[in-house]
Amino acid sequence: VGLANRMAFSSPHITAVTIQATEFFDLSRKYRVTGVPKTVVNEEIEILGALPEGQFVRAALGIEEQD
Amino acid sequence: MSLLSPTDQQTLRDMFADMSQTVTILFVTQTIGCETCDETRRILAELTALTDRIVVEEVNLVLEGPRAAEYGIDRAPGLVLLAGGQDTRVRFLGAPAGYDFMSLVDAILAVSGASDAALSQESLELLAQVTEPRKMAVFVTPT
Repeated sequence: VGLANRMAFSSPHITAVTIQATEFFDLSRKYRVTGVPKTVVNEEIEILGALPEGQFVRAALGIEEQD
Repeated sequence: MSLLSPTDQQTLRDMFADMSQTVTILFVTQTIGCETCDETRRILAELTALTDRIVVEEVNLVLEGPRAAEYGIDRAPGLVLLAGGQDTRVRFLGAPAGYDFMSLVDAILAVSGASDAALSQESLELLAQVTEPRKMAVFVTPT
């Protein structure tokens, strides 16, 4: 959550919405939330669990991991 | 009765003292069919009691739907953070209770320049290359 919020705050193109999964079952169902935290970016990229900053930012921006 | 202990209140007061600009929380609410709007209102009142740098403005989803929609909020309770009157693109859906309370506090500190935890230079460089809209939805639970 903290990372997503900082990304939104740092880029004029990014919006971050933190959603209480238990309050909005319709959204949880729509995005197939089976565990938290789960991040969905532009309805296509899914990130399960908490990741270190570098990995999270790359995943959220759809940048392939460099080995 | 206060939701926060006196110790927690003082800790938060000290944290908020570093805020360099006022954060306005647009609180999207509705009277009927919003189970956690009252709880959210109580939580926000606890925050505004601690500092005058946090201001809460209620937006009624039914009466002021278009205003809520400007920020992409179509349900309640919803929170939109503005820093110095500018949209920070940080939103919350659902009551900021439990663990999420600290997420809200962290977000308030971050957008007001009072957080030490900034993104790395590498992350900022990657973000600077973003030109298309990206909407991140982060699902959480209160515990």
